[in-house]
Amino acid sequence: MADGNIAVAEKSFYQESTNRYKGILSWLLSTDHKRVGLMYLIAIASFFVIGAIFGILMRLELIAPGKTIMDAQTYNTLFTLHGVLMIFLFIIPGLPVIFGNFFLPIMIGARDVAFPRLNLLSFWIYIVGAILVVVSLLLPGGPIDTGWTFYIPYSIRTSTNVSMAIFAAFVLGFSSILTGVNFITTIHRMRAPGMTWFKMPLFVWSTYATAWIQIIATPVIGITILLVILERMFGVGIFDPALGGDPLLFQHMFWIYSHPAVYIMILPAMGVVSEIVPTFARRTIFGYKAIAISSLAIAFVGYLVWAHHMFTSGISDTARWIFSLLTFLVALPSAVKVFNWVATMYKGSIDPKPPFLWVMAFIVLFSIGGLTGLVLGSLATDVHLHDTYFVVAHFHYVMFGGTGTIFFAALFYWFPKMFGKMYSIKWANIGVALFFISFNLLYFPKFIMGYMGMPRRYFDYLPQFEPLQVVSTIGSWLMGITLIIVFGNLIYSLRNGKKAPANPWGGVTLEWHVPSPPPLENFDEIPTVTHEPYDFSQLKEMKYGEG
Amino acid sequence: MVKAETNIELNSQAHVHRDDLGARMGMWLFLFTEVLLFGGMFLVYAVYRFQYSDEFRLAAMELNTGIGALNTIILLTSSLTVAASITAIQKGNKLLSIFLLISTIIFALVFMVNKFFEWSAKISHGIYPGSPELLEKQNGEILFFGLYYVMTGLHALHVIIGVVILVFILVFVIKNKINADDHVKLENSGLYWHLVDLIWIFLFPLFYLIH
Repeated sequence: MADGNIAVAEKSFYQESTNRYKGILSWLLSTDHKRVGLMYLIAIASFFVIGAIFGILMRLELIAPGKTIMDAQTYNTLFTLHGVLMIFLFIIPGLPVIFGNFFLPIMIGARDVAFPRLNLLSFWIYIVGAILVVVSLLLPGGPIDTGWTFYIPYSIRTSTNVSMAIFAAFVLGFSSILTGVNFITTIHRMRAPGMTWFKMPLFVWSTYATAWIQIIATPVIGITILLVILERMFGVGIFDPALGGDPLLFQHMFWIYSHPAVYIMILPAMGVVSEIVPTFARRTIFGYKAIAISSLAIAFVGYLVWAHHMFTSGISDTARWIFSLLTFLVALPSAVKVFNWVATMYKGSIDPKPPFLWVMAFIVLFSIGGLTGLVLGSLATDVHLHDTYFVVAHFHYVMFGGTGTIFFAALFYWFPKMFGKMYSIKWANIGVALFFISFNLLYFPKFIMGYMGMPRRYFDYLPQFEPLQVVSTIGSWLMGITLIIVFGNLIYSLRNGKKAPANPWGGVTLEWHVPSPPPLENFDEIPTVTHEPYDFSQLKEMKYGEG
Repeated sequence: MVKAETNIELNSQAHVHRDDLGARMGMWLFLFTEVLLFGGMFLVYAVYRFQYSDEFRLAAMELNTGIGALNTIILLTSSLTVAASITAIQKGNKLLSIFLLISTIIFALVFMVNKFFEWSAKISHGIYPGSPELLEKQNGEILFFGLYYVMTGLHALHVIIGVVILVFILVFVIKNKINADDHVKLENSGLYWHLVDLIWIFLFPLFYLIH
């Protein structure tokens, strides 16, 4: 492959900008979907690191019963901030705005998203939201201490800066909605000739389903947040039992958004898995349509299961068993996907490169997380496990073990394409192995502690939990080291990595048809799509075939 | 500098990319989120209307149906004028379009003035969230007025945003940026304005008419 010729013939999007500025402004004001995606990557990775540091500090506090390094109020603040940062600033926007922005237009054969300026606006709204979170920490009154769920009535009564912090979540939601509108329109209107719905890569399908959830769920949290702020400012009474209001109504409205939000988090990750598995198994995906449709099914059924967060809140038995049934139903499309990925690998020619290893870690961790979700979704067991470490462990297995793992898988898969550099395969492999060990060390003890009755969010605990708490804390240190290795490897490679070929893994979706890094408008000529998305027979005729 | 300019030309190809249908689709999706935003409020209203139906009936008597009906007529007319201004620009009649847009904005402002008098009358009677007089009433009435202020307030905020948008659109029409060939911005603003109108059409009976 003639690297030299391409470098002369085409400039990458790093060398050309969409605006007339140079230097930093050519990035900050760029409407190029790839530059916007990279700016999101920097911002989101930073918040992830801060959130992780908060998590490690919390674990350190819990290494022994009683006060260790911080007082109870600081601990309350830390777990709230850990939640707010990780959920609203990292994992909800995470995969769609980084990899969706960068790759969705390329994968459907478009030059950019449908509304490039709106895309840049979404980024800046996201930044404004992030700034509001930071401001809420510094203002008098102190940082929010309600937990990321900001349940009524405590969130109306506490004197900390709840209003500012949740207004930040409102602003971030607005950014999320605009991104969703943009992606749906892009997928409907910008597909290249021949790119029919069932020729779209599965990452595009899952981003499409995600965008719909962003649109139908986010406004509900928007209005809920506004009501809480108004309640704090004027005492309207809508959620205040003293004035006839109903605090449970808050829980309903909160979860009407926040449960679908976990599918906003996981669906794009499932899409990335559906990209990586065929590429490294050298085999077309098994059950393409089943995976595509199951994304939509998850989006739809996932909208109707919110009250399984409220089984112990006193809602009626009828409501409880209906929501429990629906919760079991929503596990089906997820399982369809897992079985299809495994079936894709069967008799494949597997090349266990780092992205694939991340996916293997994902399948194990996500399966544990998913199955323990069923334990929580059934009524009898949930009463015992509600609000214990079991929930925390389940949530971290599906979110961190699921979406977080795939965040790294996607980084390692698309890094050569995004930056045109190759990272150290050896250190990447070490990173995955350490991640898998430290993850289980950190979170598995929480299943056991939860089962034994350790409540979540407690600053102190009984002595019998100490051994498991210590194991978990040691796991958090190992996780810290792992993250340093993983990010270190990538950051080091940015400068010192070998130049990456256009198609290092032998992928066949459209992003592997363009140079690494891609030119400004992705394609010289909009391609006409003739192949199925994972048809590896086209590797021979591709401009950048193997390597 | 020369190099930078060639870049602009090169890039302008992509950004001239115009897709009116796509723009309209994006707007409809956005309006859908607005409907859901208010949907959350309507849900709360429905729950409490069901729970406190007698007290809601009692509280609703205190609202001025006349002024509410007047505002409904004003908003409906403004929807008509904005729709007509789109037709006018499509037919190339710029002046008429400008006139109709200005009328829409005036109607919106009149609506806000009425709203202002309505709210200040309530507030001077001591009916506002957290007021001592309101707190003496029954829970259902407190909630009714709480919802009344939140929902009509949120709607009024949308009216204000709508006016700001329409003013920008007016400037675009005057500057010929919106013309007979390219008027999707005006259409989308019109859609937004209709939504503001539509929400009011639901708010009006829920608060003023159901006794």
